[in-house]
Amino acid sequence: MADNQQIEMVGMNRSAYLRVLAFFLAPAVLIYTLFSVYPLLATIFDSLYLRHEGGALTFNGLGNFQTLLTDETWSKPFWNALRNNLIFFIIHMCVQNPVGLALAALLSLKQLAFRNTYRTLIFMPTMLSVVIIGFIWQLILSPLWGIWKMGLNAVGLGVLFGPYLGQEHTALITISLISVWQFVGIPMILIYTALLAIPDELVDAATVDGLNQWQAFFHVKLPLIWPTIGLVSVLTFVANFNAFDLIYAMQGALAGPNFSTDIMGTLFYRTFFGNQLQLGDPTMGSTIATMMFVIILMGLLVYLYVIQRRIQRYSF
Amino acid sequence: MRSRFSTIAIHAVLLGYTALALFPIILVVMNSMKMKRAIFLSPLTPPGPASFDLIGYHRVFSDGAIGTYYMNSIIVTLGTIFFTLLFGAMAGFALSEYKFRFNKLLGLYLSIGIMVPIRLGSVAIISLVSGMNMINTLSALICVYVAQNLPLAVFILSEFVHQIPKDLREAARCDGLSEYNIFFHIILPLLRPAMATVAVFTMIPVWNDLWFPLLLAPSGGKQTITLGVQQFLGQYVTDWNAVLAALSTAIIPVLIFYVLFSRQLIRGLTSGAVK
Amino acid sequence: MLKTTLKIACLAALGVCAMAASASAGKLTIESWRNDDAAIWKDQIIPAFQKSHPDIQVEFAPTAPKEYNAALNAKLQGGTAGDIITCRPFDASLELFNKGYLAPVNDLASMKNFSDVAKAAWTTDDGKTTFCVPMGAVIHGFIYNKDIFKELGLTEPKTEEEFLATLDKIKKDGKYTPLVLGTKDQWEAATMGFQNIGPNYWKGEEGRKGLIAGTQKFTDAAYVDTFKALAKWAPYLGDGYKAQAYPDSQNLFGLGKGAIYAAGSWDISTFRGQNVNMGAFKAPPPAAQKDCYISDHTDIGIGMNAKTPNAKDAKVFLDWIGSDEFANIFANALPGFYPLSNAKVTVKDDVAQTFVSWRGQCKSTIRDSYQILSRGQPNMENDLWNVSAQVLNGTMTPEAAAAQIQDGLKKWYAPQQK
Repeated sequence: MADNQQIEMVGMNRSAYLRVLAFFLAPAVLIYTLFSVYPLLATIFDSLYLRHEGGALTFNGLGNFQTLLTDETWSKPFWNALRNNLIFFIIHMCVQNPVGLALAALLSLKQLAFRNTYRTLIFMPTMLSVVIIGFIWQLILSPLWGIWKMGLNAVGLGVLFGPYLGQEHTALITISLISVWQFVGIPMILIYTALLAIPDELVDAATVDGLNQWQAFFHVKLPLIWPTIGLVSVLTFVANFNAFDLIYAMQGALAGPNFSTDIMGTLFYRTFFGNQLQLGDPTMGSTIATMMFVIILMGLLVYLYVIQRRIQRYSF
Repeated sequence: MRSRFSTIAIHAVLLGYTALALFPIILVVMNSMKMKRAIFLSPLTPPGPASFDLIGYHRVFSDGAIGTYYMNSIIVTLGTIFFTLLFGAMAGFALSEYKFRFNKLLGLYLSIGIMVPIRLGSVAIISLVSGMNMINTLSALICVYVAQNLPLAVFILSEFVHQIPKDLREAARCDGLSEYNIFFHIILPLLRPAMATVAVFTMIPVWNDLWFPLLLAPSGGKQTITLGVQQFLGQYVTDWNAVLAALSTAIIPVLIFYVLFSRQLIRGLTSGAVK
Repeated sequence: MLKTTLKIACLAALGVCAMAASASAGKLTIESWRNDDAAIWKDQIIPAFQKSHPDIQVEFAPTAPKEYNAALNAKLQGGTAGDIITCRPFDASLELFNKGYLAPVNDLASMKNFSDVAKAAWTTDDGKTTFCVPMGAVIHGFIYNKDIFKELGLTEPKTEEEFLATLDKIKKDGKYTPLVLGTKDQWEAATMGFQNIGPNYWKGEEGRKGLIAGTQKFTDAAYVDTFKALAKWAPYLGDGYKAQAYPDSQNLFGLGKGAIYAAGSWDISTFRGQNVNMGAFKAPPPAAQKDCYISDHTDIGIGMNAKTPNAKDAKVFLDWIGSDEFANIFANALPGFYPLSNAKVTVKDDVAQTFVSWRGQCKSTIRDSYQILSRGQPNMENDLWNVSAQVLNGTMTPEAAAAQIQDGLKKWYAPQQK
């Protein structure tokens, strides 16, 4: 019915209308379905099968998931990767986003000289490839070159130097901070934009009411940018639980030492493709990918139903 | 209004952070032009007449493939941007212009991909691509990247089509323009600013991606610059001149491009894209 | 405008597709992980082949070692792999053969040049079919800087005790890193450490076969002692060795800052390139032990893609790889890789000679994780990397390391479950 109305409005006969629709929609829908939706569905499908020696497949229901979550051979690496991934995410949330917010707040101050220059330069690392960033930091932290050691010595903190990337208790934190260093530009820009969009009158009114700059920021501006911060958080979540490149580039597929930097992405890669003498396992790889899919989906649901609703209540 | 003290403090913080952001990049570029001894003995001094040496760059360029890798990356990135914008604008236009039966549903279907990373489907993408005999081709990469970037493109572009006054299109219809002409002659030119935003969002991750080049086009001269540099680093890893030169070769063009277009890039990032 | 836009789109699409079709007819492409050797293949090995076979074109197209297995698998699945495949030893290649990606090579004339031991790494469990031509073995040991030894008045250690005493002297002097080995990449600890000195403890093949048969366990004294010996190295490793990657190790020794380097013979050519004045000694056995054992590992073979359109040429090439001519070129172009054929070969590099001379003094064995034992989950080789690095880092005791490997093996390997 709606269709007919529409056709009338546009002034075509039905087949011409369908042709127009097909022309405009088909390319996007086809390529998206073939290269994005189908692979995702096929991956979920694959995770329901068991691969036997010689390559035969049999239907296994949710058996692979049971193996992944309960068989110690699989569950230990899985929970370890999940835990590390959570730490990776928490460090981003606690460092990247507050630093991004602080930088955005400073940049959005009125009459700040060189604002564009700062913004451009601070965003620069975000433009570069993770592989390059990983390699550069590896060189800087390398005990052989000793740049970092020299730097720490110069400021009298030489005792803090250590083989960060080779110790279980420091490797993951170090890598997380490198990732934060690279991507801090994104929350900064997004929050900066949101801050600029706040009408000056609101802040002026607050200042008239006797609030100082700090108070004005926390009581007037911050509540108004909560939706953006929520968005930044969910973007961080999706990106972190999908991360792979930095750890693969810096620590290799075994994500050492003792798997202390192993996250979901590296576990998936190693399981699917194997390692030196480990053969790849496509169905267990798919099982892990499906779990990642579920985790990301849960994060999105939390965002949509909890965070976004609350934010809306606040902002109106 | 602000006191002199707090102005100085603000600049100190921003300058400090800028230095932190730039230090590693400058360090690498600077040392790439030095002799091996100087790299190790005095890494923090800029190249001087006594330590200046371009041997690393000789090695990178005599390897010969770097140019090919750059071409590959440019082709993949431009190809992805072109098809993402074209197909995204077409679909975005149709979704906001025509109120057909499954409009809402199709919109939702297309927007799932904004949040769910396509990387999780890698297993099936490999068998799909290898089934189509497209392993080690740039077209495989373009197809995957277009699929990956379309959802956001459709989403942003349809919002923008929505903002274009209806009268414009009605008038064109009265003049007897076909729907195709309305899109290509009237809508598309008006979408230019929005397309710049989409292009920026598409370009950075595609240029820097390691995952899909690693899986779909890892060899046969079809490596992108990101993968090519990674492989080059693996090969010359003990030769620091070559390593630093390769890193710089990968960084410098991106930085030049960025500095030239940073205004447009940041505007693209900040305009309307994320509401 | 519509037409032009569409035209451009079509042209672009066509262009992209045209680039896709790059099937090369007639030319042989070699897949390999030895990207370090690319120049030697291009400048020495391939020209030598073409001298006698001018009508066959060959191209060496290596992938970085880290990506080789994944990339090769994807390409074989996609039907885009090269005609000639460089084979990892044992199970990785066996899997490729079982999936039908590698062709049998039994009928090549030059296969008679290889002993069963040489062929074992690329032969089915029933011993009937060989699917790769054995190419090279690598030997473990220690390379030392002769100048530093001279300066400090040191001699090659003959026993483990002497070895530790030598390290101690270098440490006391303080100018050089006594032992160059890093744990960041993990495999270094397992391969250059554990597999290097282990054969002396588990008596080479006796121990390796015992593990496969289930008559020996990783918790036996031999294996725990190997880990204990490894743990003793920790004080002599370089500053920050936990973050030291393999290339850092190569640089540390190559720049003359380290005295002794836990080596694989393939490192020789790297250090030749850096002009190190070097010598080598074999893994020193514990003092009381008379016999010595070395890790002499069948590491690299070469086979044929079962689906190659150039099967005839590929066979000619593989047959040549099995020839005496190739063995001689290979041994001298890549000092540190030792041909596996029975051909009489004269190795000219003196350090490479030293390594190979140990074959006459000690009994050879291969790395114990390579045959059969890494077929299951958890993967033994991965685990060995992990625990060896941890033992050197001091985060795991030798006993715990051995126990973890044994537990992993027991989970899936029937002969160890008795």
